[in-house]
This record gives sequence, structure tokens and C-alpha cells, in this order.
Amino acid sequence: MNKKTSIEAELIIAGGRIIDPASKLDKVGDIYIRDGKIIKIETKKLIPRKKIRFSPEIIDAFDKIVTPGLIDMHAHLREPGREDEETILTGSEAAVAGGFTSICCMPNTQPPIDNQESVKFIYEKAKSAKCKVYPVAGATKGLKGEELTEIADLVKAGAVAISDDGRPIYSSSLMRYALEYSKMYDLPVISHCEDLALSSDGVMNEGFVSTVLGLKGIPGVAEEVMVARDIRLAEFTKSRVHIAHVSTEGSVNLIREAKRKGVKITCEATPHHFTLTDEIIKTFDTNAKVNPPLRTKKDLDALKKGLKDGTIDCIATDHAPHSIEEKDVEFDAAPFGMVGLETALGLVITELIEKKVLTWIEAIARMTINPVKILKLNAGQIKVGMPADLTVIDPETNWVVEPKEFKSKSKNSPFGGRKLKGRAVLTIVDGKIAYQM
Amino acid sequence: MKLKSRHLLGLEGISKEEIGLILDTAETFKEVLERPIKKVPTLRGVTVVNLFYEASTRTRISFELAEKRLSAELVNFSASTSSVKKGETLKDTVKNIEAMKIDMVVIRHQSAGTPYFLTQCLSSSIINAGDGAHEHPTQGLLDLFTLREKYKKIEGLKVVIVGDIKHSRVARSNIWGLKTMGASVAVCGPTTLMPYEIDKMGVGVYSNLDEALRGADVVNVLRIQLERQKGGLLPSLREYANEFGINSDRLKRLNPNFTIMHPGPINRGVEITPEVADGPYSVILDQVTNGVAIRMAVLYLLSGGEGKVE
Repeated sequence: MNKKTSIEAELIIAGGRIIDPASKLDKVGDIYIRDGKIIKIETKKLIPRKKIRFSPEIIDAFDKIVTPGLIDMHAHLREPGREDEETILTGSEAAVAGGFTSICCMPNTQPPIDNQESVKFIYEKAKSAKCKVYPVAGATKGLKGEELTEIADLVKAGAVAISDDGRPIYSSSLMRYALEYSKMYDLPVISHCEDLALSSDGVMNEGFVSTVLGLKGIPGVAEEVMVARDIRLAEFTKSRVHIAHVSTEGSVNLIREAKRKGVKITCEATPHHFTLTDEIIKTFDTNAKVNPPLRTKKDLDALKKGLKDGTIDCIATDHAPHSIEEKDVEFDAAPFGMVGLETALGLVITELIEKKVLTWIEAIARMTINPVKILKLNAGQIKVGMPADLTVIDPETNWVVEPKEFKSKSKNSPFGGRKLKGRAVLTIVDGKIAYQM
Repeated sequence: MKLKSRHLLGLEGISKEEIGLILDTAETFKEVLERPIKKVPTLRGVTVVNLFYEASTRTRISFELAEKRLSAELVNFSASTSSVKKGETLKDTVKNIEAMKIDMVVIRHQSAGTPYFLTQCLSSSIINAGDGAHEHPTQGLLDLFTLREKYKKIEGLKVVIVGDIKHSRVARSNIWGLKTMGASVAVCGPTTLMPYEIDKMGVGVYSNLDEALRGADVVNVLRIQLERQKGGLLPSLREYANEFGINSDRLKRLNPNFTIMHPGPINRGVEITPEVADGPYSVILDQVTNGVAIRMAVLYLLSGGEGKVE
């Protein structure tokens, strides 16, 4: 090996299978890191294993997979306002434990992130976080859907997208203006698609299961009519729209068709939507109450198909922490949402890679370079000169989800007790070890 | 024979044998109700709390009488709104009540699944007295009892449930119970009040009442609520009465020995005309009488009783 480079490097991740979707690299190799950046990627002259053992700066990644640090473009960190449920710090701890090195936090905090000062507040708090935190700012003041936020100011402060997530921008004209105005800054508008009159006071998917349980349903069309609206508005304004947490077959089909026509639309799906169906509500488990609701097998299959053919660009968690008190109530009274940062990668490996829905490179692309392209982050690639944000994954380890052990302050996961295969064992942010199992 | 569960949450999944046991036990208790002294010491020392989070006259009184006639101690709690709004969670409320040493809880609640939720936080036996649009098992059982009393067996009967199926827990409990006992069931109502894929429960689905009634033995008429009109689900109650109201003219399509049922409370002139409700084919008041016997049987069996009683 090159002795000089070895001395120069502060950290070397050696012998792992490097998967970098951006460069289509899938080879065993060594990654050299210095000053928080990747300085060399060596796939030919590898460091011998016996040497690794005696060098503290070299991390043995033999039999492991090394990917660009994972990116979650959809998380709720609850700070400011509900620090009892999550903070930027605890959310970031959950993130790195789940293999994420960058996460985006949604603006529906109390008060909401809808002005320059609040965006700066997030960045200030993020300085002591375990991973990089990028704020998505509100599209409308107070997320009330009445007036646009000061989008130019928000961009200057570092907002990576705008959204009223948790709610749709209900007025079609205001959605139009949000799309038109954000175009000046090439900023994506992230749309939570829900026709509130159709979803009304529904608490789960409207289908046979809701019929049997007598719970009020949220029909799939409540999402689809808004997806259809946003497609037409994005086409008309020639602006970029990103559809959050796509949950139905109808939405996937609409987006596929729009992409074929050249509409600037992207979208994401969550691990819970491609893993669980509304059948799980049969035990009235409030941890499975989420918006959009868990749908049917048909929708789940459509999401997988959409992930495979590229209709769905990203996998995002919609990590939504809620306190035990809030969830330990009758089903109708419980809030929507579940935590996801610490189960996402395990679910992707178990449900998508192991079941041959996606290849490793396809799955990792949807968790790295694809969100990077949408949000224009300096991340998501294993490339010389890039920040050394890396995730080391043990693809073979079998483990059982135990919410009590989550780093997240909240434990509201319907996956407790579920057996998963594969998880992050080491997470590196800017060349520093942020998490090690 | 004993019931498999300590709770009665719904009729979904309850076996034919268990339903048979409840109905047989209720028959014994019905005899008690015919006696001059309508009281047995069966549940002496057992404390039952009736938790009613939703308005109820018939069901509440029926449970109270059943408890009294079994010599149980009883406490009534009713709240017009969920205690969540008053700052205390339901879980805290019920845990506090249970701390006062009780044995059984009868709960009615506007949210589906609440009785199940109670089984997760309490060690008492839980009886569902109606949860949202989910189930109302004692109503389903008393309907079965009333039909068995009249026809001797339920198997083979053709039953039509008419009305607001979507919001009806009575419909769901009746469908499960009737199907288990071998009846054939059809539901009929405006398409806006028909829940998604109800046919998958194994019932015929009709929006034409006359078609639905052809050859039927039993019509179970559900109450239609005025709110459905405001919610945009119905143009008017007048139109509903014209299209789906049960009147004597329509009954000509039924088998000669037919039966009219209604879980109450009745909107006379809307879903049913007075001459039908009070007519010779109506068993509406028998249902109410049988309700007490059924609830006695359920309380007795869930408190650990087996088979026949003295």
C-alpha cells in the first residue's frame, strides 16, 4: 500500500464493499479520510487485513457494506415546542443510529419554522447535533395556508425546500403561487397531498378493514385528487413539486404518467407504507395510526413497483415522534404518526433488498443521491473531495426492533418485536464517528 | 361449557357453540324475569361499573336491570363528552375506577375499539355496550335470541338489514352473529350509507328495497339519523322515507310468517311507519324484554358461570 497516503489519512474505512450509486461503484475498497473529507478511494491495492488489526486509524469493514451517508428528507424533530417528544439533538442521535448522516426537519413545530429567524434557530441547534440537519421551511405563514412565507429570506437562511407538511396547501391558487415564486430560487415545494374534505375526520384507510372495525376511513382518493391537482399545477407553472409520503396505487400511477410527460415532479415513499397494510389496525394499535394511513396490499405492491421503476425517487421516514401519553388513548383520540429513523434501513434491507424488489445500488440511491438531487445538498456521494459522510452496514445481522432501546425520545413504533435483517453499525459524519454499534 | 374469553368485545370470531351457550343461558334467565320476584343471587358480591360515554336509555337501563336482577353491586358513570376533553385520559379514569375494586366494566363509547383498549389497561372483564360504528354484541345477541324464540332455529332464515349500514354497530354485530348461526343476510340502504366492500362480509348488498325484501323472513330496520342529511349523505329524510322506509305496502313481498325488528330508538314515519312498528309482525318490544335476559346471561357467563343456572 501507499505508505504516504496512509500517514496522511486520519481515518480509513478498509475492506468494505463500497456502494456508491452516483458513480455506479460497487466494489470492495478502502476509503481514505482527512479533514472531514474523502481524499482517496482505493479499489485495487487494498490494505492487507492483518495490518488493519494493528492500526487504530483503520476501521475494518470486511464483510460490511459502505455507502454514502443516508439522507432522510422527511423527519419531524419537534423542536421548538415539543421537546418532550424529540429535540434536534435526540432526533439526530436516532438518525445516526439508523445510518443517516443528513436529515431534513419539517416546519410544523410550535412555533412553526416560517421565517428567517426560525431557520437560523434550527441551524444553531444543529451545530451540536450528531448529524447534519437541514430545515424545510413553511410555504405559508404559520402554515395556515393563507399567505406565502418570505421565501427569499428563507432561502438565504438555508431552507432547502418549502412545505406546509402535515397539511396540504389547500387553496389551489396559493399552491400555484408557491410553485411560481419558489421557481425563482429553484426550490422544491414539498406537498402533503390530502383533500381535507374527503379525509374529513377519518382515522385509517377506508377499505374492508375500516368497514369491519367501524373506524372512519380516509379514502385513497383523498390523496390522489391532490396529487392530480399538484401535477397539473407543476406542469402549468413549470415548477418543481415533490410529493411527500405517497401511499396509494393511484398516486403512483398518476406520478408515473406525469414523469413520462416531462412534468418536474419527484416523490418519496416511507418504509411503513411499503411494509405494513391496514390489517395491522385490527388490534387498534395507535402506534400504527399514521397519515397518510397504512393502505392495502395492492397499494403496497404498487409502491414497490414504483420504487423499482424509478417513479418513486426517494425513501423517507416521515419520522413523527409522539409521547406515550398522547398515543395511550382510544384510537380516534390518538395523534397520527410513528417514529422511523431507527427502523428505516432495516426495513429497506428486509423488505426491499432481501425480497429482491431493489438491488443494493437501487435502494441506496433512493436514500442518498436521489434526495440530494432534489434538495441540492453537498452530500450523498463517495467521491474525492466530498464530505466524508459514510454509513457502514452489516447486511447479515439479524435483530429485533425494541422501541425501548431507541435513541429517539419517543417510542411510538408499530414495529416493536419485528425481526429485521441488516442495520448500520457505524455512521461517520464529516470524517468523525457519530455512531458505532 | 364456558366462554373462551373473559370479555365480550364483539360477535366477530365468537363461535356457534358460544352463541348457543349464551342464548340457552338467557332462556333460563328469561324464566326468572317471568317470576313474581325477578331476582336471583347469582352475582352477589360482584361489582359492575356501567361506563356510558355516549347517551343511551335502553341499553343502559337494560344493563342496570340485568345487574340488579343478578344481585350484583353496580355503579353508573356517564359523561356526555370524552374525558380527554376535560383533561383526564380515559385510561386514567378507568384505572382510578378499577382501583376502587371492581370486577366488570360495561362500556359504551363513541370511538370504535375503546372496549379493546380497556382490556389492555384493566384486569376487569369488559363488556362492549356499543363502540362507535364497530360492534354492539349484546344487541346482536338479543336479536338472535328473539329470532330463535320465534322460529326455533336461526339457520336458513333470510334476514335483511335496512338503513344506515355505514354508521351502524348493530348491523355489524348482527351480520357476524347471523352468519355464524347459519342465516343468510342482506343489507340494503342508500349507496352513500353503505361501507366500503361490505359484500366481503358475506352479505348481499342492495340499494333497491323491494328487491332486497323479496322472499325475506326478517327485516331489521335501523334508525336513520338527521345528521346524515346535514353531512351531505342524504338529500332529505323525506326522500329516505320514500325510498327506504318500511311501510305495510312493502311488506307484501315478505314471507307470510315474517318479522319486523328495530333496535330503537324509532323515528316513526321515517325508517318505519307507525302501523308497521306497532303491527302484528313487529317484535320490537320483545327485543327489549329479551335484552335484559341476554345481558344477565352475558354478565353471568363472563363472571365465570358455566352452562345452566338455577
